Amino acid sequence: MLVFILKRLAIAIPTLLLLIVFSFLLMHAAPGGPFTQERQMPPEVLANLNAKYGLDQPLWQQIWSYIWGIVAHFDFGPSFVYKDRSVNDIIAQGFPVTLTYGGVSFLVAVLAGVTLGAVAAVKHNTIIDYFAVGISIGAQVLPNFVMAPILVIVFTLILGWLPGGGWRFNDPSYWIMPVIALSTSYMASIARIMRSSMLEVLNSNHIRTARAKGLPGYRVIIRHALKPALLPVVSYLGPAFVAMITGSVIVDIYFSTGGIGKAFVDSALNRDYAVMMGVTILVGALTIFFNLFVDIIYGWIDPKIRY
Amino acid sequence: MVIDSQKMHSLAQATAAEEVAGRSLWADARRRFVRNKAAMFGLVLLVIVVMFAGFGNFFAQWSNQEIDFSVMGMVAQEGGPSLANGHYFGTDDLGRDLFARTVQGTQISLAVGVIGSAIAVIVGTLYGATAGYFGGRLDNLMMRAVDILLAIPYMFVLILLLVMYGRSITMLFVGVGLISWLEMSRIVRGQTLTLKGREYIEAARAIGVPAPVIIRRHILPNLIGVVTVFATLLVPNMILTESFISFLGLGVQEPLTSLGALISEGARTIAYGTLWQLAFPLLFFIITLFGFFFVGDGLRDALDPKDR
Repeated sequence: MLVFILKRLAIAIPTLLLLIVFSFLLMHAAPGGPFTQERQMPPEVLANLNAKYGLDQPLWQQIWSYIWGIVAHFDFGPSFVYKDRSVNDIIAQGFPVTLTYGGVSFLVAVLAGVTLGAVAAVKHNTIIDYFAVGISIGAQVLPNFVMAPILVIVFTLILGWLPGGGWRFNDPSYWIMPVIALSTSYMASIARIMRSSMLEVLNSNHIRTARAKGLPGYRVIIRHALKPALLPVVSYLGPAFVAMITGSVIVDIYFSTGGIGKAFVDSALNRDYAVMMGVTILVGALTIFFNLFVDIIYGWIDPKIRY
Repeated sequence: MVIDSQKMHSLAQATAAEEVAGRSLWADARRRFVRNKAAMFGLVLLVIVVMFAGFGNFFAQWSNQEIDFSVMGMVAQEGGPSLANGHYFGTDDLGRDLFARTVQGTQISLAVGVIGSAIAVIVGTLYGATAGYFGGRLDNLMMRAVDILLAIPYMFVLILLLVMYGRSITMLFVGVGLISWLEMSRIVRGQTLTLKGREYIEAARAIGVPAPVIIRRHILPNLIGVVTVFATLLVPNMILTESFISFLGLGVQEPLTSLGALISEGARTIAYGTLWQLAFPLLFFIITLFGFFFVGDGLRDALDPKDR
């Protein structure tokens, strides 16, 4: 087990470094520097600015000091647009928000999706099954950037039940619409995966044995069918998690939640490369470590896997 | 010893019938596909969308760039869908004909989906088949590279690319194509690994057929099923990706448009009471996605009947 984790870490770290170098080179190769403006700056000012941000050093030295800053001090450097704020400040402001509604959405998607899929499989070819399949197809086709405005119209403008935007940590009524918008399509995917794997498990020999020896139905399902059926779902969790973080871009735009997606889009429109890279690298690191975590869980659930 | 003569008779008949009316895998699959109601429904939807994209402009009264000055400024009152002034789907907030723009948007969305999927088919199949066929260290190296690339948050990188290198449709194709082949190459590699052990491959190798020819003549034709299904299911995902990017305003730029861009416009102006601006593009978007999902699922069921 330990060897397996170490092996995966040995891949994870170069991946992360590659991501940093790749996005750095991408940024460096882009036409126009961060201080390119419509009005030409005097060359002395430009030189001073470049010196302040370290842009006058050779490329390898810039990359090295960037990586060293991240690794040693967890410092992503200064923002190129906001003179008084560092990338760390911007991330620290948005990240807790994204993590809160992302985490809640993730839980909702997994719990609701697994339940829906399992119930649909147990009640295979009944009206409940068709209903569940209908919901999951509908939710997959309706993208979250369509769902968000519809939610706002229904719950804020027409019914007036929920606040139309903003974010407060201590008031869950601000959380509801972002969570619905973010989790629905992943809930649908999880439900589809769960349904088909559960159907397969329910037709397998060990379930027939369990039924034959007279175990009550719910016990067969919960103790014997659920666990093996969860395996394909677990392998979907990594991509689903990444999608939650990515989807935050839409949520932040629509509900003005002020999460990390907002920081990313703003920086993309302002050409604030430092913030863009910081967010990309942070999300990449999260992805890599979450996938590692999922692999470990996978081995724990499935005893057939040997490291 | 009593042998059930009736059963033996029926068995004999069954085996004989099999020989006479032997059906190929493809004929079998086609029969199952045609019987699948959802898949046929999806196919009909796709035909409708393709016809709309291909021939819609013949019915349009306005071009997609012309501005109807008689409704401009009063779009909410006068710009609704009507047969009288030729705006079947109404106009957008500038007074441009929404029917013509939806036709154009559907064309571009379909193009993005199909081209992204085609890149995935070509690159992913060759990459996966090579890695799977040669195996060993090369396979390990190639698949590690895919693992690494998959761990990169591609949506962020795509946005990064679009911002830094300008927003053009070529860049969009490049960005979408860069990421779409990864998953495909993994699936193809898995399939190739199982194909590699078959006797006919061994036979081909034994008589000295070179590796590229084995891959081309014996491996690739046997991958068609998996690749087709995955490519079909990839198209709606590509369309969704493109519409997400266009929604952020980084995708297709004016005067070109895509369904995602139209939906985003419609969602923005919905508060002014111009519901049709959201409804018609969204309708075609959903029809397209439904069509591809149903056809893809139907193809999978048709080619792999045990998995149901």
